[in-house]
Amino acid sequence: MSKILELEALRKYYATQKAVDDISFSIEKGSIFGLLGPNGAGKTTLLRMITGIFYPDIGQITFDGKPFDPLNDIRMIGYMPEERGLYKKMKIGEQALYLAQLKGLNRNEAMEKIKYWFKKLEMETWWNKKVEDLSKGMSQKLQFVTTVLHEPKLIILDEPFSGLDPLNANLIKDEIFGLAQRGSTVIFSTHRMEQVEEICDHIVLVNLGKKVLDGSVAEIKQKFKENQFKIRLQEKPANTNSNAFSVLEEHSNDLVVKINEGFRSNDVLMHFLQQGITIESFHEILPSLNEIFIRIVEGSSALTRSFQKVD
Amino acid sequence: MNKIFIVARREFLTRVQKKTFLLTTIGVPILIFAFYAAIIVMSVKSTSDFKVAVVDQANVFNGKMDEKKSSEVIFSFVNDDTATLNKKLEQKEYDAYLYVPAGFSITGESKDSLQFRSAKTVGLMTREKIETRVSKALEEKRLLSMNISKAQLDSIQAQKELITFANTAGKKENQTKVGVSYAVGFISGFMIYIILFIYGTMVMRGVVEEKVSRIAEVIISSVKPFQLMMGKIIGIGAVGLIQFLIWGALILVIQLAVPVLFPQLFESMQTQPVQPGMMAAVDATKQQPDMIRGLMEGLNQINFPLIIGCFVFYFLGGYFMYASLFAAVGSAANEDMQDAQSLLLPIMMPIIFGIVIMMQAVNNPNGSLAVFGSLFPLTSPIVMMARVAHGIPDGVSTFQLILSMLFLILGFFGTTWLAGKIYRTGILMYGKKVTWKELWKWAVKKN
Repeated sequence: MSKILELEALRKYYATQKAVDDISFSIEKGSIFGLLGPNGAGKTTLLRMITGIFYPDIGQITFDGKPFDPLNDIRMIGYMPEERGLYKKMKIGEQALYLAQLKGLNRNEAMEKIKYWFKKLEMETWWNKKVEDLSKGMSQKLQFVTTVLHEPKLIILDEPFSGLDPLNANLIKDEIFGLAQRGSTVIFSTHRMEQVEEICDHIVLVNLGKKVLDGSVAEIKQKFKENQFKIRLQEKPANTNSNAFSVLEEHSNDLVVKINEGFRSNDVLMHFLQQGITIESFHEILPSLNEIFIRIVEGSSALTRSFQKVD
Repeated sequence: MNKIFIVARREFLTRVQKKTFLLTTIGVPILIFAFYAAIIVMSVKSTSDFKVAVVDQANVFNGKMDEKKSSEVIFSFVNDDTATLNKKLEQKEYDAYLYVPAGFSITGESKDSLQFRSAKTVGLMTREKIETRVSKALEEKRLLSMNISKAQLDSIQAQKELITFANTAGKKENQTKVGVSYAVGFISGFMIYIILFIYGTMVMRGVVEEKVSRIAEVIISSVKPFQLMMGKIIGIGAVGLIQFLIWGALILVIQLAVPVLFPQLFESMQTQPVQPGMMAAVDATKQQPDMIRGLMEGLNQINFPLIIGCFVFYFLGGYFMYASLFAAVGSAANEDMQDAQSLLLPIMMPIIFGIVIMMQAVNNPNGSLAVFGSLFPLTSPIVMMARVAHGIPDGVSTFQLILSMLFLILGFFGTTWLAGKIYRTGILMYGKKVTWKELWKWAVKKN
């Protein structure tokens, strides 16, 4: 599969910090990509460079096989920033029309697409309402529509679910899957790890302006697994001492064990089978992205980053 | 370019479609006009005639006050004594009476004076009319008693403007023309001053709104910050232009409509200042009072196409130059408008300087301060209007005018370039109080 976006050694320094410090990665066409990182890691700066708002100090962005040309490529991109809003006094229909026209659609095209999306997300009756009359969730929905309206090849969503109730969040989530299936690529920036696990194919974790993780969700989990297994036995075992593993937790019949270096999972099973205990279940415990995230970010000086000086 | 147009169209339409726009554009001038019209109508039109009985014991007036057939104050000569007159006042046959004692002499030798009695308090306007007419009549009688004929009198009165003001080029200057130039210069300079403030702050508020409502970044992802800024400035500029066009059209309509609607207003305005008895011999063309005639002459001598052309140029030039600065300040502001206020001061200073210099320039269009102020782009939109009103060779040379326009265009490019850079950084910067030092850093940093 070809790449929609390739970043090569991107750098953007501000007077007080290295916002983005030598980051490279690439995103496959049609994938849902997660860009993760703690607050102030440089995500927004990175996204602003991808959307042509900022120019990188150093580095190369390749968009759809060609060097990124913000002026023309911008209409292939839909960006929903974290700091987002709408004109409060403007009617919703006009607002959507205006934003679509700014993306380069002509009036008729724009009208057609707005009608399609409004119908799809059950917003048809909103046309003449003003934004100030909408709830936060409703305006979020409108914001999403205006982001994807012009059928961009690359959709960038920064915290798209904040403020949405589970029902609307699911609605938007389904739309994101649908867009990816129809060939759009989605970059999804958040620090809500459970959503990432659910949605993303591939993630990159940035911290302190540097890339610290890059891979598919499954790969990363494999990489960070600690050989922990959960066993459920029919009765409480008499003997849990073994060279093959050590017990981490024990709740009556349930055990969490860590297999020692040089042993396999079969050795654990063997240990209990030899004791004649029936094994009800046995499975590997993979770390959640949340745990991985915390493990990586904690201990770095991420929290004090704001005060760091450029040397 | 196209995107600037789309942004400008939105800025324009959202403002023009507001109810307040119609209200301020059409309502306010009509309200002001109606207010003045009401005052004029009420003061000009008295409700009924004021009848004054004159008892001329000394026979000063010869049974006739003057040649004026006024409908407002009617003098009728009677021969009653004061007691019957007092009774007649009570019966409302007369509103007042004027008693000329037998010992009264027009040369002022006797100590007897004219006595005026009225039943009610006499209004200020009526009182003044009575006073003027009586004293004019007396004055005329006095002059005649000194053997000065009416013809002599008129010729004395007609010899005005003994001094001719002229410049070295030998061109005569009309006194009233200078006065009219002064007024035109002052008004147009002041209007530009107001425009810079009103529309400048409108741009600033628009930018702050975009920033506070967090729509800026959404839009910046599809247009360049400069396009957004220019679109806003052009859109609001168009609103201003439309507003002025409407005002201009309204003034024209009112000018045409007033004589039709209130004929008596103009009639009385023309007849009122005519001094009876003195103008009788004056020919028909001079029937218009001196003041109005001079005013018309002055207005005719003013080069209106030049002034209107310059006004539109300096209006747009000044607006575009300052609007980008206002936009830059707006982009640096946060939720708190107070931040913007303190940043605004350095922008308002040159505008205020401009109006101060303009007041000087209107009196002395070729003074060195006026010349400087009309060339310096930050003050020229205001100051140059004062000079242009005095005409091209008198107030300002063609060379200076062209130079000033050139500087203004350069100034516009300069401020827009600078403001564009500040704007680009400021519009995406949240939660930080910005100082002028930082603004300067944003403006000069590369890319």
